Amino acid sequence: MELIVSLAIGVLAGSGVWLLLRPRTFQVIIGLSLLSYAVNLFIFSTGGLRTGAAAILERGEVGSLARYTDPVPQALVLTAIVIGFATTALLLVVLLAARGLTGTDHVDGRERER
Amino acid sequence: MTGWTDHLLIAPIVVPMLAGAAMILAGDRRRGTVVALGFGSTLLLVALSAALLRMAEAPELHIYRLGDWPARFGIVLVLDRLSAMMLALAAALGLAAFVFSLARWHRAGTHFHPLFQFQLMGLNGAFLTGDLFNLFVFFEVMLAASYGMALHGSGTARVRAGLHYLVINLVASLLFLIGVSVVYGISGTLNMADLATRMRDVAAEDRALLEAGLAVMGIAFLLKAAMWPLGFWLPGTYAAATAPAAAILSMLSKVGVYAVLRVWLLLFGAEAGASAGFGGTTLLLGGLLTIAFGAIAVLATQNLPRLAGASVFVSSGTLLAAIGTGQAAVTGGALFYMASSVLAIGAFFLLIELVERGREVGADVLAVTREAFGTGEEDDDVEAADEVGVAIPGTVAILGLSFIACALLLAGLPPLSGFLAKFAILAPLLGPTGSAVPATSWVLVVALVLSGLATVVAMVRAGIDAFWASPSGTVPRVGVIEMAPVALLIALCIGLTIAAGPAMTYMQAAAEALHAPGGYLRGVLATPAAGPEGGE
Repeated sequence: MELIVSLAIGVLAGSGVWLLLRPRTFQVIIGLSLLSYAVNLFIFSTGGLRTGAAAILERGEVGSLARYTDPVPQALVLTAIVIGFATTALLLVVLLAARGLTGTDHVDGRERER
Repeated sequence: MTGWTDHLLIAPIVVPMLAGAAMILAGDRRRGTVVALGFGSTLLLVALSAALLRMAEAPELHIYRLGDWPARFGIVLVLDRLSAMMLALAAALGLAAFVFSLARWHRAGTHFHPLFQFQLMGLNGAFLTGDLFNLFVFFEVMLAASYGMALHGSGTARVRAGLHYLVINLVASLLFLIGVSVVYGISGTLNMADLATRMRDVAAEDRALLEAGLAVMGIAFLLKAAMWPLGFWLPGTYAAATAPAAAILSMLSKVGVYAVLRVWLLLFGAEAGASAGFGGTTLLLGGLLTIAFGAIAVLATQNLPRLAGASVFVSSGTLLAAIGTGQAAVTGGALFYMASSVLAIGAFFLLIELVERGREVGADVLAVTREAFGTGEEDDDVEAADEVGVAIPGTVAILGLSFIACALLLAGLPPLSGFLAKFAILAPLLGPTGSAVPATSWVLVVALVLSGLATVVAMVRAGIDAFWASPSGTVPRVGVIEMAPVALLIALCIGLTIAAGPAMTYMQAAAEALHAPGGYLRGVLATPAAGPEGGE
């Protein structure tokens, strides 16, 4: 379980960073999205990973704090998702404006001279 | 929670939030209502910050527990001398930029005023919050508004610079999140004070991971503060932004410095056990490199907006290097420098726009703005400018005097507060307390003096270019309403010079409290007198 999650985070983060360094705005925005997924998964995993555990209580069992997954990282990840979503939407708008104003989708607003 | 004055602590966040929300409801069409709301809110913020500045002088710490939960479980707002000072600076700069924008810039695009209020809300929240995740949230509020502010007025140059600014800050936010979650995963707390008490007892095998997490978070702060390898986005963005937006954006880089001051001194102070002083060398060296880079940038720039951007580098570098020395007296000087440079750089950004107006470059920018926003606005604009203020005879003289004041402040020459600030940093570095002055202090002294020299050279060159050798020879049309904010900021600097004694005492007390955070920890973690049980 840990291995799969950490591999997923690693692959997402790696692809995100690679795309982030590309010259096209669309690649950058996809890279940012991938990177933010990686970060969200990472935050989520700091609460500890469990498989097959009951959400709150098992039938016929006394509740115990030790059996809960820590809820704080889940709250954090929720906040992070909302904020990331909003800022990505804003970035999309700016990206389109830049495309319209400069006539190119290069991140610097002009093509490199060859 | 005893009297109503306790609730003043949350007012700097609530007031701009409500004002901004009301502005959106009123809509951009009802400009009178919107402007009145904005003016009321910014004035109220100034009054509030003055009151909070008073409250912060009290020996005990002011805490605001949201929902009255104890600090370990709930969210706290904390007011100490440092946060009160930053609130006051933000309020003063906010008032100046707001009044300045009324002359023309708030009409260059939509939703300027609500964004401005949310920007102030984010700034104030970041200064007041006592836990790391809320710091993140308020950073985001502040940044989200700043994206709008940086793009205000539209135009190719702004969108191009704004795109870089957005992407870089989004990546920084992700780094911030990684840092926060690592810290939480290891220490199990996000409250800064609680974290500070747990620093000593972190298990040896986890310590490196915790430090790495905090370092990743530090990168996000230093990116805002524009430390050398992380600050290349700054001059382009600030130069492209409209004048009032640039003035308020220049405060954002000080938020980065504030976060470093707060978190670093709290967590890596003498009480942190094995982690004490972690990263101090990085701050010092990074600050020195930033000063060097800033000094070169100041000399190399050809136009005024980029000159102002470069002086932000110099000021950030000075602050970071001074903090990095880790001496309370030097930090006190750095706080004085912070106050002086925030006001001076704010005034400079506003002034530049007025000076540039008579010249080709400024006309260019204005033309671009008008083009993007429709030509119909143009006539309206000119007419309104006539109504707003009669062009003052001797405009150039006033602009020139303001320019000289800014130059003196930024370069740190006597008689203004810039000099006192530099002196307050330099004196303890060379003071008799440590008989042998370490080599790094000498480097810092040399860097500070040389960066001052570079600023003088650049400002003199720019001043001659702007006022004496102006090729067009046209007098810029400047309304009183645009000159007043610049004058206000410079007057505040002069006030800081005259009242240097009390101000310096205040800053020293703030620095002492930062370097010996015992009072802060006790204040935040004390259980409320009649609080509810922990809820478990």
